[in-house]
Amino acid sequence: MTTPATSGGTTSAGSDRSPRSGVPRQPGRRDPGRALGAARFSRETTTGFLIGRVIALGLVGAIDLFMVPPLIAGGHWAGLAILVVVSVAVAFLYLTTRLIPYKYLIPGTIFLIAFQVLPILYTLTTAFTNFGDAHRGSKEEAVVAIQTSSLQQVANAPEYALSPALKDGKLVFLLVTTNDAGEKRVQAGTEDGLADVPDASVGLTGRINDAPGYTVLTPAEAAGRAEQIGALAVPTDQGAIKSSGLSRAVELKATKLYDPGCDCVTDVDSGTKYTADETQGYFVSPSGEHLAQGWQVSVGLHNYARLFTDPSISGPFLGSFVWNFAFALLSVFCSFALGLACALILHSPRVRGTKFYRTLLILPYAMPSFAMLLVWRDMFNTDFGLVNRLFGLHLDWLGQPWTARMTLILINMWMGFPYMFLVATGALQAIPRELTEASSIDGASPWQGFRRVTLPLLLVALSPLLISSFAYNFNNFNAIQFVTRGGPYPPDNVSSGATDILITYTYRLAFGGGGAQFGFAAAISTIIFAIVATMSILVFRRTRALEEVYK
Amino acid sequence: MRRRTVFAALGAAASASALAACGSNETPSAAPSKDKGNGKLVIWADTKRTAVLKKYADQFGKDNGITVEVKEVAENLQTVFVTASQQGSGPDVVVGAHDWIGNLVQNGAIDPVQLSAAQKSAFAAAAIKAVSFNGQTYGAPYALENIALVRNTDLAPAVPASVEELVKAGQDLKKAGKASEILLCQAGAQGDAYHIYPLYSSAGGSMFGLTSAGDPDPKNVTVNSAESIAAFAKLKDLGEKGAGALKTSIAAENVVATFTSKKSAFFITGAWNIADIKKAGIKYEITPVPAFAGGKPAQPFLGVQAFFVAAKGKSKALAQEFVANYVTNKEVAMALYDADPRPPALLAAIDEAKAKDPDVAKWLDAGKDGLPMPAIPEMAAIWGPFGNAEVAVIKGNDPKTAADAAAKAINDAITKK
Repeated sequence: MTTPATSGGTTSAGSDRSPRSGVPRQPGRRDPGRALGAARFSRETTTGFLIGRVIALGLVGAIDLFMVPPLIAGGHWAGLAILVVVSVAVAFLYLTTRLIPYKYLIPGTIFLIAFQVLPILYTLTTAFTNFGDAHRGSKEEAVVAIQTSSLQQVANAPEYALSPALKDGKLVFLLVTTNDAGEKRVQAGTEDGLADVPDASVGLTGRINDAPGYTVLTPAEAAGRAEQIGALAVPTDQGAIKSSGLSRAVELKATKLYDPGCDCVTDVDSGTKYTADETQGYFVSPSGEHLAQGWQVSVGLHNYARLFTDPSISGPFLGSFVWNFAFALLSVFCSFALGLACALILHSPRVRGTKFYRTLLILPYAMPSFAMLLVWRDMFNTDFGLVNRLFGLHLDWLGQPWTARMTLILINMWMGFPYMFLVATGALQAIPRELTEASSIDGASPWQGFRRVTLPLLLVALSPLLISSFAYNFNNFNAIQFVTRGGPYPPDNVSSGATDILITYTYRLAFGGGGAQFGFAAAISTIIFAIVATMSILVFRRTRALEEVYK
Repeated sequence: MRRRTVFAALGAAASASALAACGSNETPSAAPSKDKGNGKLVIWADTKRTAVLKKYADQFGKDNGITVEVKEVAENLQTVFVTASQQGSGPDVVVGAHDWIGNLVQNGAIDPVQLSAAQKSAFAAAAIKAVSFNGQTYGAPYALENIALVRNTDLAPAVPASVEELVKAGQDLKKAGKASEILLCQAGAQGDAYHIYPLYSSAGGSMFGLTSAGDPDPKNVTVNSAESIAAFAKLKDLGEKGAGALKTSIAAENVVATFTSKKSAFFITGAWNIADIKKAGIKYEITPVPAFAGGKPAQPFLGVQAFFVAAKGKSKALAQEFVANYVTNKEVAMALYDADPRPPALLAAIDEAKAKDPDVAKWLDAGKDGLPMPAIPEMAAIWGPFGNAEVAVIKGNDPKTAADAAAKAINDAITKK
């Protein structure tokens, strides 16, 4: 559990509210809004500001220009148009003195669209397709792949040494075959077929040195025409001679043929017909076999139906959901409790060396979380782990359901408390000490002061962060995947483990045994998104009520 | 990019249908176009192979008057390649393991490589078999890999003739306080089908039945056949509640350190860990993984590293030239061997490597009866459930329950795709 703010769509609602609900106003403080406003009026004349604006706009322009050539090369005209319109609009907006509100609105809006709205729309549309392994491309691509991979060398056909050459500017294959007696025969292969070349001189390796009427290409020249060489097919009785690289040619025949008339692929050897099935995105034979290469089709609500109707998927879903909820809640609660406790202790004016302790406490936050997760996993190893050795135990921590769950929450608490410590420290410093002092004068015990004054004020400031933290931990894939991968698994059901949260369980479904199934994964993501969003909205409603009370 | 890919694909389709039309004497219409690759070959490889490939790729570039770019893809090369290839931003050649083939083919990401009979016979037969899929050759193999039993000869001077002997020797060492683990066969909390497979197969277990052509048949998952359940029962006997030779605490992240600190005499592993063992100054010997007494031979999985031609590359003819006619020569194979000492796949290079390093012959000997890892895409469904079943029996659970649950999960994953 690290920065909840980086966890994507589900938390954005949390972070944008904090400035408003955050720090209670203090009478003596400078109002940041007013300060900004004053600066704005004096700004128009500063050269520094002007230079800054030119540099910023120049950078934006440079980045935009950088994107133009690849867009043109790829033929993405719509993308290019959007880029031009946006760049011009941005340049105009910041060069004019009017439209001041938009200067603040537009950057955020652009980033919101690019990084939040578009991915969500893309995920939603993907959820209705079978996009995934074997269904990545279009039908045309599948047909090409099927025909290309069905090319077989014609049995007993000779081996050809290839020298690409030109005749009247057209590409010709000069092909050398050697018979059993060691005699070499030179033929010229064109789109019209093979013809003998009588007077060619052949080098030792089978390369043509010279042939009258032909310009033999040097390797470099041949490499320059590699595409043409790859495309040339010299027809023969059984198939065609095609290059295999630049120095060798082989006689090939296609063993699977696509016929647009019946929209089917026929296996030449067995005669089996594979008919296109647009609901599956496969060519299917009458006996139900399908060819390996498929294409992307729309499957409607199939991915969602599969989630809810397949008992092997929906069954473990509920169990995982309960643990998922508990995991996220306990992770947030424990790390918040520990972080707050540390913050309170260091907030006390009697503690010395607070800087040193603060640095120490923030250390776990500074380490790469995935590495720390792996270290923790190894520390809980039964035979080689530090924990068992230190305490002289022989416990299979990660091998039993309840200890594994406990360990995970412990690890996640360690990963998360520095963040909580940081935000709690910040919020504590914003609560005026007069309030607690006043309460103690009124006769409140320190605990009462904390419980009735400090904590509520803290919660007003921190509850959006706690919610986003919860949402982050609800989908904390790394913490589970790196430590237990959802295990331990009960022996009678190896598809769902004791510590599986929804995201790890469904990750395995979507990217495990069946290869990558992006369509299905997208459907699951939208469901999880809906769950987290619902919970966040509910809790936000409650905190808003809380906020009203303390205003 | 997408539009361009479609055009390229149609071009390829035109030439493929031209081929098809040739039988009926129509004029084929191979439309010549300008070379989009501009005489540039792009190769993707993983971290280990990039540097050594660069040298030989540059040589290839010089010979052909082109530029060659070798790009390092540090992680998830297969996934990155499939995605990039679909977007039209992929390489011309990719270097990877042969068991990717099924997935790469179903995604239309690689093209067959037309090797001549002479070229094929220059390779170890198992290597050519491994890169064949649906009756087609899909890559030029260059290295073989399999696991074997690496033994610390100071601790255990004698070669164990059977698993039982191995366990006995390991237990004696443990009793004598010379070692803390009987055997290092990495399992971890998720299990490890690759490393347990020799023992599992020796006990009679299997994963798939075979089709009439002798290929693994995804419609016939045999993880819970009577023989396989018996095999799981034997693994249970070796497990935590039995002999204690197989443990879930022994995992990828601690096996090497445990072996190099002489805490165990027996280590089931591959050539990739030998460098560490040598560095630690351990006296070792490589022998085939022993079989159970009276059991079947212990069959390791055979893996092959290969060069593939990308189907959507921009310089396909160059890529074909590089893969079919260039990397199949001995110098390249030896250079790759020097960079990463896995036995080469080219017979001539094998001989040279054997002369350089006696271990090569031992690895090959350990893998000579190996099972080429099934390249079918359905193999992806095996790892998770099989590993979980392995863990369940190692912890002493009922073999039949575990095997049935694994078979159900595997079948679910295969059929619900």
